[in-house]
Amino acid sequence: MSQSNFCTFHVGQLYLGVEVLQVQEVLKAQQMTPVPLSDHTVRGLMNLRGQIVTAFDLRRRLGLGDRTDGIPAMNVVVRTPDGPVSLLVDEIGDVLELDSSNFEPVPETLQGMPRELIRGAYKLDRQLLMVLDTEMALKMVA
Amino acid sequence: METEDDIVKEFLVESYENLDRLDQDLLALEEAPDNRDKLSSVFRAIHTIKGTSGFLAFNKLEHVTHVGESLLVLLRDGKMRLNGVIANGLLAMVDAVRKIMANIEAGQGEGDADYADLVATLERLQVTGGVETAETIHEETEAQRVSEVLETIAAQVAEDIERDTVAVAVAAPAKRTKSTKRRKKSGGNDDTVVVQHATSIVERDSTSPLVSSPIHRGGDPAPLANKANSSAPSSDNGDSADKSPAQSSVSDSSVRIDVSLLDKLMNLVGELVLARNQILQYSRSTEDATITAASQRLNLITTELQEGVMKTRMQPIQNAWNKLPRVVRDLSAQLGKHIQVKMEGADTELDKTILEAIKDPLTHIVRNSVDHGIEASDVRVANGKPAEGTLWLRAFHEGGQVNIEISDDGGGINLERVKQKALSQGMINPEQAAGMTERELTNLILLPGFSTAATVTNVSGRGVGMDVVKTNVERIGGTLDIHSVLGKGTTLRIKIPLTLAIVPALTVVCGGNRFCIPQVNLLELVRLDGDRVHNEIELIHSVPVYRLRGQLLPLLYLDEELRLRPRRSHEERQAEECTHIVVLQAEDRAFGLVVNSITDTQEIVVKPLGQHLKGVKAYAGATIMGDGTVSLILDVIGLAQQGRVLNEHRDHSNGNATSSTAARTDRQSWLVVDPGDGSQAAIELGTVARLEEFQLSTVERSGHDEVVQYRDHILPLLRISTGCQQTSYSNDDSFGTKAKDSMSVVVYQHHGRQVGIVVGQIVDIVEHTLRVDEAVDSSSVVPPSQIINGRVTQIIDLGSLVASAM
Repeated sequence: MSQSNFCTFHVGQLYLGVEVLQVQEVLKAQQMTPVPLSDHTVRGLMNLRGQIVTAFDLRRRLGLGDRTDGIPAMNVVVRTPDGPVSLLVDEIGDVLELDSSNFEPVPETLQGMPRELIRGAYKLDRQLLMVLDTEMALKMVA
Repeated sequence: METEDDIVKEFLVESYENLDRLDQDLLALEEAPDNRDKLSSVFRAIHTIKGTSGFLAFNKLEHVTHVGESLLVLLRDGKMRLNGVIANGLLAMVDAVRKIMANIEAGQGEGDADYADLVATLERLQVTGGVETAETIHEETEAQRVSEVLETIAAQVAEDIERDTVAVAVAAPAKRTKSTKRRKKSGGNDDTVVVQHATSIVERDSTSPLVSSPIHRGGDPAPLANKANSSAPSSDNGDSADKSPAQSSVSDSSVRIDVSLLDKLMNLVGELVLARNQILQYSRSTEDATITAASQRLNLITTELQEGVMKTRMQPIQNAWNKLPRVVRDLSAQLGKHIQVKMEGADTELDKTILEAIKDPLTHIVRNSVDHGIEASDVRVANGKPAEGTLWLRAFHEGGQVNIEISDDGGGINLERVKQKALSQGMINPEQAAGMTERELTNLILLPGFSTAATVTNVSGRGVGMDVVKTNVERIGGTLDIHSVLGKGTTLRIKIPLTLAIVPALTVVCGGNRFCIPQVNLLELVRLDGDRVHNEIELIHSVPVYRLRGQLLPLLYLDEELRLRPRRSHEERQAEECTHIVVLQAEDRAFGLVVNSITDTQEIVVKPLGQHLKGVKAYAGATIMGDGTVSLILDVIGLAQQGRVLNEHRDHSNGNATSSTAARTDRQSWLVVDPGDGSQAAIELGTVARLEEFQLSTVERSGHDEVVQYRDHILPLLRISTGCQQTSYSNDDSFGTKAKDSMSVVVYQHHGRQVGIVVGQIVDIVEHTLRVDEAVDSSSVVPPSQIINGRVTQIIDLGSLVASAM
């Protein structure tokens, strides 16, 4: 029985989480420079205290359409071997401390997103928290 | 407080440097054995090592160097003269010293090798002076013993020390030990084999550039020492001066610094440049005089600081070249060739990381030259060349880049053999092979797997082929070019951009975003307004072009290339109110990039794009502008390739060779024109010197002829329409949309004179295969009419047209 902390967020109808240690910071929407000719999941580049960070739109990566309500996305900046990368999400959730006993591998009947992007899920009171595999999520489709 | 470890480390660092210099000095002494200065310098170096090793209780080392020193005393005092035999002995000693030091560094004490035989050799040299006579079998046995011993001197640690926090050097195991016979003409008539020279050559993996190694400042070239104004305090190396008493005073004015410290400084300066840009931008928008003045000062200081820090990392290319003479000497001795090395521009300076990156490629290229390029002496003499081959190493700055050339006067690259080899290895198929140009064939040797491993022994197996050389060069942003003439020689040219991170760039706006274009690629800026946009942007072969002082410049519209908007039609392009063209240079082609507007030039810090964006060829990186926003930096060559302005001829060997064959032999380029009467005529494009437009008002009469003043000459005009009769220029609408007060002229060069052929309108440039019916009289000069673009087209032979008019 071990506990881990997860940073959670909403993308569309999905409730996703990433280990807290992977997350460098969480930011509100930043000014972004678009990168023409790049894959459409790349929303653009932003200036994070002097570092140039690529922002990936998770909605697009998961095959969901763009937001229609005009509310800007939030940035979840994760650490990768290549440097920090930002994931654009709809809404930030709480940091949850979860018990590994509640962890289950990816259900067969997973709906709403590609299976390889999820490592598994935690059973919560009223919903499932799906653990995002950041490495897979960032693997370039192009 | 320094521990014993630190003292040993410093000793090793200094000694390695001394040994490197020793190598060079010994080689120089072979050419000029009486150079007192060099003899003294060599003596002092060994003397120093001997002294310190005794102090540190490295007995073996002391013993070996002691014997060497005794020999050197004789040389220095003039009692003996340096010759090849002595040089070999001393070089062997140098190698032995290196091996012992490598063992010390690896924490293994002095190592287990026995140097008794080396010592014996050196002692004997003190007596014989390297002059052997043929009689004694005893000598032969000695020689054999020496050769056996020298063969066991395995690990020769190459070049610099790798110093990391764990302080363990990586001593790569010896790849191979070779022994060579060295033929030496002694005073007598016979060639006697006197000494067998053992050389071991070690290949070392290039590890990551993050490993720091100390920079050596000062030493032989005096100007270097003057530049060593320490931009950073030396950490714990301050008292190193005490430990090296015998160094010349030149090195006292230099400081040894960790490269990682310099890297840190470079980064900080990079950030400072960005901050400076920000402040400068702000100060422009404010009236406050104090801020403006202060930011100006900040600007000046930052620029100077930037230049200064960059200089600290600049080292003369000499440091990469200094090993090469020895490599050449050893390898040529091994192969029985005679080669001299000439260096030009050894003081050309490069950033240290570039130096590190090209060291191995240079060595490989030089080895190739010695091995395959330069022929054996007898072959050379038979071909009328001097028996001694020459290898030139040239370095110079040009156009913001460092050029490094390695040339030899050897046999050149045998393209036929290359082709056969590539065919036999399945890299190309016979069809492709048939259609390749010389350049494409030459570049075949850059393909992976195309190594000449069959003949060279000690380079094989490590994947060090020309392709690795090319990759290494490209990794630092450089280019590699090969030029070879069969029988004459080969030249390899490497071009590397000078500054890695901070570049001046032009900012442009396109599609609402800002982009930066490195100034090094920038030729000029052109702005077209109103009518000029309409008239001067032309369409040739469906490519928009602009004629810049007679030169046709293909145009790329940046917003179209970036897919920010769909492709415009020619009319839309002509209808623009204002067109900004940035004339750029991509390799050897110039082209025009059309942008929405041009902002200004500024210095930017190039930051690499992340993994995910590296694949987009159009960008070279990104930067943070003065206002904090991110801008993309355009990669001019990538853009040119994407826009088809530049062929990607690097990969040509696999791809398009077949189509270009067809183009060359049968099809020619034709300039299709309307002579002025609505018909269609074609002129072979190769015969056309220029296409010009003249205002009707500039046409003057000279006797019966019409002429124009053209580039300080008088250009006679001829009209095609009715076979050179002078008809008045018809202004009716049969010319379509062309402006009526100018005329199109095809300039043709005829025996040194230029003639202008007036045509009604230039229609197109096409590729067309000339078709000749057998029935036609083959004696007629002018080929019959052809069908081009669906219309009957008369073929105009400019030569006969002009001739008949004269």
